[in-house]
Amino acid sequence: MSDIQLVEAPPGVEGAGFFATSLDKAIGLARSNSLWPLPFATSCCGIEFMATMASHYDLSRFGAERLSFSPRQADLLMVMGTISKKMGPVLRQVYLQMAEPRWVMAVGACASSGGIFDTYSVLQGIDEIIPVDVYVPGCPPRPEAIIDGFIGIQKLVQTESLRRRNTPEYQKLLASYGIQ
Amino acid sequence: MQNHPVYTDNDPQTAPSTLNLGPTHPATHGVFQNVLQLDGERIISGVSTIGYIHRAFEKIAEHRPFYQITPLTDRLNYCSSPINNMGWHMTVEKLLGIETPKRVDYLRVIVMELARISDHIVCNGVLGVDTGAFTGFLYMMEYREAIYEIYEEVCGSRLTTNIGRIGGFERNFNAIAFNKLRKFLKDFPPVLREFQALFNRNRIFVDRTKGVAAVTAEDALAYSWSGPLLRAAGVDYDVRAMNPYSSYEDFDFEVPVGENGDVYARFLVRNEEMWQSMRLIEQALMKLEKEPTDIFHADVPEFYLPPKEEVYNNMEALIYHFKIVMGEIDTPTSEVYHSVEGANGELGFYLVNDGGRSPYRLHFRRPSFINYQMYAPMSRGMLLSDAIINMSSLNVIAGELDA
Amino acid sequence: MGKITNEELLKKINEKFDQQITVVGEPYGLLTIETGREQIIELLEFLKNDTVLQFIFLTDITAVHYPETANPIGIIYHVHSLVNNVRIRIKVFLPAEDYHIPTATTVWHGANWMERETYDFFGVIFDGHPDLRRILNVDDMTVFPMRREYPLEDPNRVDKKDYFFGR
Repeated sequence: MSDIQLVEAPPGVEGAGFFATSLDKAIGLARSNSLWPLPFATSCCGIEFMATMASHYDLSRFGAERLSFSPRQADLLMVMGTISKKMGPVLRQVYLQMAEPRWVMAVGACASSGGIFDTYSVLQGIDEIIPVDVYVPGCPPRPEAIIDGFIGIQKLVQTESLRRRNTPEYQKLLASYGIQ
Repeated sequence: MQNHPVYTDNDPQTAPSTLNLGPTHPATHGVFQNVLQLDGERIISGVSTIGYIHRAFEKIAEHRPFYQITPLTDRLNYCSSPINNMGWHMTVEKLLGIETPKRVDYLRVIVMELARISDHIVCNGVLGVDTGAFTGFLYMMEYREAIYEIYEEVCGSRLTTNIGRIGGFERNFNAIAFNKLRKFLKDFPPVLREFQALFNRNRIFVDRTKGVAAVTAEDALAYSWSGPLLRAAGVDYDVRAMNPYSSYEDFDFEVPVGENGDVYARFLVRNEEMWQSMRLIEQALMKLEKEPTDIFHADVPEFYLPPKEEVYNNMEALIYHFKIVMGEIDTPTSEVYHSVEGANGELGFYLVNDGGRSPYRLHFRRPSFINYQMYAPMSRGMLLSDAIINMSSLNVIAGELDA
Repeated sequence: MGKITNEELLKKINEKFDQQITVVGEPYGLLTIETGREQIIELLEFLKNDTVLQFIFLTDITAVHYPETANPIGIIYHVHSLVNNVRIRIKVFLPAEDYHIPTATTVWHGANWMERETYDFFGVIFDGHPDLRRILNVDDMTVFPMRREYPLEDPNRVDKKDYFFGR
């Protein structure tokens, strides 16, 4: 018996030789365990992300082995570190280049709120320019916290309805950021 | 710099192409932008743009009391924050004329050398990744975690340590910290030896790095390089040896020097520095045995924040706590420059004080900022893939670059 | 410590630049002199090329702003002689609204970004600089943020209500 654990099946109807569940549950299960993160690492939190990816903490255990440095193929934008006003348009551009469905995680105090840098040059939280799904506190967060945030994203992905990205609410949210 | 051929052909078939390298390029380990003109794979010219995480440290420092500037220095070179912390504390101590006990100095040496090792682990490990060898990185990162665990015992934090206080340490090193330190000193050398065995004579690695981005000593000095980069170019300038601080004069260590300043020489210099750092830590541990075990800060109640339990129960401590926090203690009106050997070079603090609660002006001499300005000029004529490993061996830390 | 003392160093400089420099002091053992922008480059070149002094290492260039004085912006050079292991600090104060000083890039390549940073923060024009642009801040910024009159925080913020901060 190997010690590899399989994910639990979503709730559904089971019988001899068949298993029935709804499509969005099945897709959510697959998506949440094969997220391709795009690490947008600018500063200190990026170094903790390096630790998260490396041998000790190993984010690959959660199906995020494959870092996608191209926004086109990424599902999850992990913004780690201070985003200055000079960097803001770049971050927004990267977000716009990602295909739907896309999730955003703000790792660390700077990405969430500007952190200790309440200055003329620092963007006070990335949610001023793009919508954020999960915030991870800490300056920098420990790798455990980053993993916790990642699990939070997985839960969101798992339970997201397939129609969410077409709803007027979601369109309204994007429009509030000026994204069509 | 030597003269590289400049291609001026205007034929559209061979016209130079423009490549935007960064600011979010995976191979650049940080937010640097270089707009390169390429002829095939060869770089004709490049323009560096920096400032993508400019956070206005120097402006913030003008608004913070001395002890609140330590967290800012953490975020300069976040791969080796303790060196920055200690450098800042020593700058203030120099300004205030505080003499630290020997035991504090030795403890500081331990922490600073650990930080140097952790920084070089990242730099050399990532250099391996960029040349296609992930293994070394994964081996070494495990031991960076070991270093972080030692920090955790000392100050409770991993990366941005905010370690120490003006005058010494916030608390004494506990027995677990020393045990972890001894374990690290026992476990790390075989790993480092194996790491060196993996790389030093590895044909692919040597072919990728030897002779790449070679810099002469004259060029390095003209661009004010310092640290391992300058030493790899053959100049044995090390602040620890030349202007010893924190009792480095009591220690016996060598300053490794390279020959031709190429990527390979920088790699070797950094590896050797890790060995020297371990020597320093071992000596510091031996010296500590002769020191009284309960001293961990200088006896300067007017600048050293008292422990919280004393603040609540002891009148004198409460008064000092109030005075320090409210900035009611006079400091000399003067200016001071102090530098320490950061992991990337001479990390200097230029502090102009007007006697107030916070510095009148604080300027950081940031080695990454000064080292990186040669990148675009030296990339001229280089292959694009060589420019990438050149950047990772410069070990430019974005936080320090942009301040 | 250093192989030449500050007195010897000062004597050497005075031989060549008599009356053109004033000694500010020796705070914490670091000789500090002040000079004018007319001879600053000549002085730096002398320090670098003199066979005895050999101040070959430019440690730093920065500036300090004293808004209340007649010469508000001081440019501070730290130069290091690696051979003699001695440092010197040179100050040049610039008159208000005329922040021009010749560039030191002709002496050290490394002065390039240090001067760009000083321009970015303080608005000092380094005459003859090959590429004097903003370096850390956004290109379209109109102020020089390190001058004392400019606030630390972004004045355009709307989410920061004063009553939360007791002001």
